[in-house]
Amino acid sequence: MSSEQEAESIRCLVAKVGLDGHDRGAHVIARAFRDAGFEVIYSGLHKSPDQIVQAAVQEDVDVLGISILSGAHDTLVPKIMDGLEEYGAKDDTLVLAGGVIPDEDREGLKDDGVAAIFGPGTSIEETIEFVRENVPQR
Amino acid sequence: MTMDEADESLLKALLAGEHRALARIISKIENRSPGYRDLVSELYAHTGNADVIGITGSPGAGKSTLVDKLAEAYRERGETVGVIAIDPSSPFTGGAVLGDRIRMASTVGDMDVFVRSMSARGTLGGLSTATADAVKAMDAFGKDKIIIETVGAGQNEIDIVRTADTVAVLVPPGSGDDIQTLKAGILEIADIFVVNKADREGADRTVQELREMVHLGEESGLAGGAGHHGADAMGGDGESWGDIDESDDDTDWTPPIVETIATKGTGVDTFIDELGNHRSYLIDSGTHAEKVRQRYAEEIRTLLREDVHALLEDELADSGGIDDLAEAVRQGETDPYSIATDVLAPVEACVENLAADADDSGSE
Repeated sequence: MSSEQEAESIRCLVAKVGLDGHDRGAHVIARAFRDAGFEVIYSGLHKSPDQIVQAAVQEDVDVLGISILSGAHDTLVPKIMDGLEEYGAKDDTLVLAGGVIPDEDREGLKDDGVAAIFGPGTSIEETIEFVRENVPQR
Repeated sequence: MTMDEADESLLKALLAGEHRALARIISKIENRSPGYRDLVSELYAHTGNADVIGITGSPGAGKSTLVDKLAEAYRERGETVGVIAIDPSSPFTGGAVLGDRIRMASTVGDMDVFVRSMSARGTLGGLSTATADAVKAMDAFGKDKIIIETVGAGQNEIDIVRTADTVAVLVPPGSGDDIQTLKAGILEIADIFVVNKADREGADRTVQELREMVHLGEESGLAGGAGHHGADAMGGDGESWGDIDESDDDTDWTPPIVETIATKGTGVDTFIDELGNHRSYLIDSGTHAEKVRQRYAEEIRTLLREDVHALLEDELADSGGIDDLAEAVRQGETDPYSIATDVLAPVEACVENLAADADDSGSE
């Protein structure tokens, strides 16, 4: 039928994982994504990798932004990636990481499947632009 | 109905219980991706087993928290749960922050509670259609209970909760004025009133006010609302106002008022019992069939409205585009009524064909 109106929207999960109470950055990003016209699902604080995976799968998000300022990224991110893989969601979810992540850890995270890492000082525009350009085509 | 191979395998995966497939199909429904109609048509054959509950109330009334506790209680009874949480989207950017998940913490890690956040995407009536379709997807997936949660702000939301078999309206305590506003729209759709945060000051008064309102509604037949004209008595229901049951077309269901403290889980069992009572009432009285019929009628109408709307967009473009037409009105050359008549003329014939199509797909 010719009358199907497509109404696609970029869906993002902004996730706080682990014992890390710093959610300022996540809030700023969530708000900025919303203003960019994305649909943002915010996970809330102190989620486990399993919970993040569950939310990402059920919400069928295009983008998963993980905010970590606790330094536990090397433990938590691989768990999330494995979980996504288990549900067949790893390949077409754009995974981003943000927060304080030392340069020497970045290569490892990228090998795990993180598409980009946005540290302190990244401009909002840059992040949004990256999402628009790299959002998976399904 | 023809589906391409990808959709076919997606449907198979959904019926086989793959969460990812359910998530993906709901996305297709939301996006109105090509082929979603055929997919939904196919889903219908597998639906009809779920119990659909709508929960609405003002922002901050405690809907998400209560839904969370409700889902937990159903899970303890061994039933699977689907939740559709609806939040508003920005009318300017179309963006949205969907935060209901945050409060749903009791059941995380349990994939048999499937929570899906949705927002309006700016099309007239589109969200209620998408919600109804997402409910179908969860139903076909095999969920026993499907809970739709939405802010009860306006007509759009009322249309959404009407997708449900049973509608619960949350009223926070101490909102005398709120109840006034509730009278107009939400009183009619409530099958159950929940006074949440019942440990707060003013809860008793709110319960009292609601009780009076329900009572008044009973007398004037106001609470009848849509589809409540059930046939006969349902026997031992908790609260019945037998003494005022005079007129013969009176309703048999009196909305009970349940007090809960969602954060502590208090009253949730009573709430579940009332939901069950209402379900039994619907089925025993034959109201359920009537409700379902009305709902499908509404679905057909909404689909048609959207279809016609889309067709009109094409017609508008053919007639020179909305901007030029609007400019013509501004210049005093014509008026909106004449334009509407002109644009509609070639479409009218198509509408009849569309109606026939939708009747086919709407009646299982």
